[in-house]
Amino acid sequence: MKTKLAIVALLLTIASGTAFGGKSDDTLNIAWGGELATLDRYYNVLREGIIAGRLVWDSLLFKDPETLEFKPLLAKSYTFVDETTMDFELRQGVTFHNGEPFDADDVVYTLNYVSNPDNGVLTQRNVNWIAGVEKLDQYKVRLKMKAPTPIALELLAGPLLIYPNEYYAEVGPEGMGKNPVGTGPYMVEKFDPSVSTTFIRNDNYFDGSPKGKPQIAKIVQRTIPDRNTQIAELLSGRVDWIWKVPADQAARLEEQQDITVSNRQTLRIGYLSFDSSNRTGNNSPVNNPLVRKAIAHAIDRDAIVQSLVGGNSVVVHSACHPEQFGCTEDVATYEYNPEKAKQLLAEAGYPDGFTIDFHAYRNRPYAEAIMGFLQAVGINTNLVYLKYAALRDKVYAGEIDFDFMTWGSYSFHDVSAITSHFFKATKDDYARDEKLVMALKLGDESVDPEIRRKAYADALKRIADNAYWLPLWTYNVYYAFGAELDFKASADEIPRFYMAKWK
Amino acid sequence: MTIYILKRLGLALLVALFVSFVSFLMLRTAGDPAIAMAGEGASAADIEYIRQQFGFDDPLLIQYTNWLSGALAGDLGQSTYFSIPVAELLAERLPITMILGACALTFSILLAVPLGVIAAVRSNSMIDRMALSISVFGQALPNFWFALMLILILSIWLPLLPPSGNESWVHFIMPTLVLGYYSTPAVMRLTRSGTLEVLQSDYIRTAKAKGLAPWRVLFKHALRNAIIPVVSLSAVQFGYMLGGSIIIESIFALNGIGQLAWESISRADLPTVQAIVLVLSMIYVLLNLFGDLLNAWLDPRIRVA
Repeated sequence: MKTKLAIVALLLTIASGTAFGGKSDDTLNIAWGGELATLDRYYNVLREGIIAGRLVWDSLLFKDPETLEFKPLLAKSYTFVDETTMDFELRQGVTFHNGEPFDADDVVYTLNYVSNPDNGVLTQRNVNWIAGVEKLDQYKVRLKMKAPTPIALELLAGPLLIYPNEYYAEVGPEGMGKNPVGTGPYMVEKFDPSVSTTFIRNDNYFDGSPKGKPQIAKIVQRTIPDRNTQIAELLSGRVDWIWKVPADQAARLEEQQDITVSNRQTLRIGYLSFDSSNRTGNNSPVNNPLVRKAIAHAIDRDAIVQSLVGGNSVVVHSACHPEQFGCTEDVATYEYNPEKAKQLLAEAGYPDGFTIDFHAYRNRPYAEAIMGFLQAVGINTNLVYLKYAALRDKVYAGEIDFDFMTWGSYSFHDVSAITSHFFKATKDDYARDEKLVMALKLGDESVDPEIRRKAYADALKRIADNAYWLPLWTYNVYYAFGAELDFKASADEIPRFYMAKWK
Repeated sequence: MTIYILKRLGLALLVALFVSFVSFLMLRTAGDPAIAMAGEGASAADIEYIRQQFGFDDPLLIQYTNWLSGALAGDLGQSTYFSIPVAELLAERLPITMILGACALTFSILLAVPLGVIAAVRSNSMIDRMALSISVFGQALPNFWFALMLILILSIWLPLLPPSGNESWVHFIMPTLVLGYYSTPAVMRLTRSGTLEVLQSDYIRTAKAKGLAPWRVLFKHALRNAIIPVVSLSAVQFGYMLGGSIIIESIFALNGIGQLAWESISRADLPTVQAIVLVLSMIYVLLNLFGDLLNAWLDPRIRVA
């Protein structure tokens, strides 16, 4: 019987045509859920596209995921000529995967192409600050900005990948999306849109890259939408790496000897937003700062983090992520104190509490926990649980009094990616505080770090003092991978497989 | 007969258009497609840019009319997410779903018909109850749970089958079992009741009186008539399977039209969603028509009626 079973198993394995990878054949098998329709980084908005992009292409600069220091990558050095001009000296001797040599023409072509709105790059935020790039000589370029852009280094070290000018001019986004060519540590051997991508090591990757020399010979990515199936693939040894594992599943995977589970805090934070300025015209109770402070005191964020959010998440008090430049936690804090909450509600004219709609789009258990704490002080909430697009639509239209949402700051370590986004008279801004807007403008338009820090600190204190927002907690991601894999996660949720190696 | 077929085809088209219009409205009321396309955390400027680029700022009726005029001319539009013609995308994905549906239907019939016949022949016995229990169990199991249990048993405990993918026929075994088992009870019950009814009819009594062997009476005389309603039901079941493949394809990472539907809804790829709805509703209505015509062919009494 056992022999028969073994024969059946063998036949099925042969028929499935599966190439089991792992350390033994130097192939890292990874699985994620997002379907990549194109690999052209400028024409997809998926995080998986960012991850693949960093394997295939390089940018001018590199941000060290541990120290957050900006280091030259395709650039050899850079200087700020003035607040809106940067000069780059480029690295020599670098070639693209197709043999095309890298020089100033590639940088000029790529950055001018993507910053031209006619070319339809999907994430305009990444490129619309560039006024133009000019060639100074074969290995020198000058970049002009439309206005001072403090996050220019973040952008130049992140989404702005450099393409080979001749190849891109020939094949365009469609050709690049199917057959990518870059200077990066991995080359694309095969791309089956929305199914799988096979990357092979670029053995000619240039010396001295801060990304380091790639170690693993082959990376095979498969798209598996269902998380449970991803876990099954990992447990069956057909996949070596998965991420975004639910906390309860992560705890079970930790019990497996041949699987390593790691948790990393991300740049995403949760927050409660209040219509402080009566933008909705509903004369909502949350227009009153005393009510907002009462809500802040009513919620035991530590308890929610400990019992629900889990991982390495922490409670935050400021409207930013503590790891971001310009973020300070030296602001007014609202400890869990339901008695004080009741007292503030009474002072605000709501001794018996009130009822309010509470909007949310994810993490329903967290939203329900918040509702439970609010109910305990007399605030009854009607949960309106919507799809993200629907809720964001209503937020933009100025229809929401009170909501629970999250923000990932585009993975930028800079408060301008969150605080300015929400409080600088934008569509998301429900505070509409002119002094706050002025402070944020000062921070956003200066390239002097000290001026920026001071301006953002003033803004963040003002937000906390008025309880325009109640920052909740940081988010975290669980990664699970084979115990033989040496992999380090980073806060920006961009797994760097070029740094991974076998133990 | 030709007029009847043409009428049914016209009706199929009307139903498909109605369904596509309703789905269009539902997708629009579920939120701004530009926000869904831009992804969570996109800036207001990016969302506005996408809205203008894809014409989402046009009035709803104009957007629908534009799509409809293209669809009637055979142009299902361009996928906003995959940036290729939707027709090309469907041609690539539909065969996987059709294969899965055909395998599941075959499995379902192969399991349900014998069970139904046995249950009818041994009606009200322990065997009848067991046959009914086996088939009803399939419908009682939530298919996503059954899928996960199969993965757990056949991929992890007994590593016999791959948990996901569609590279070979082996990858279709578990999805076939899940999808096929779910529709077994309906086919089984109909086979059982049909066989029971036929077995009590006069011509069967005559056949038995002539001294024909019981198996010959059952398979040559009874089953042909008992199976007629099953044919019609199977066509409908096949339509259900195509629609039901959305969850199964996502779990088993089968790259068919079900998974495409799921992804397209998530990414607000409206031309693709509308095309899928149109194609699936057309298939469903045509399958119904096919079932009716097949019945008429098998049973001349229906033709006369």
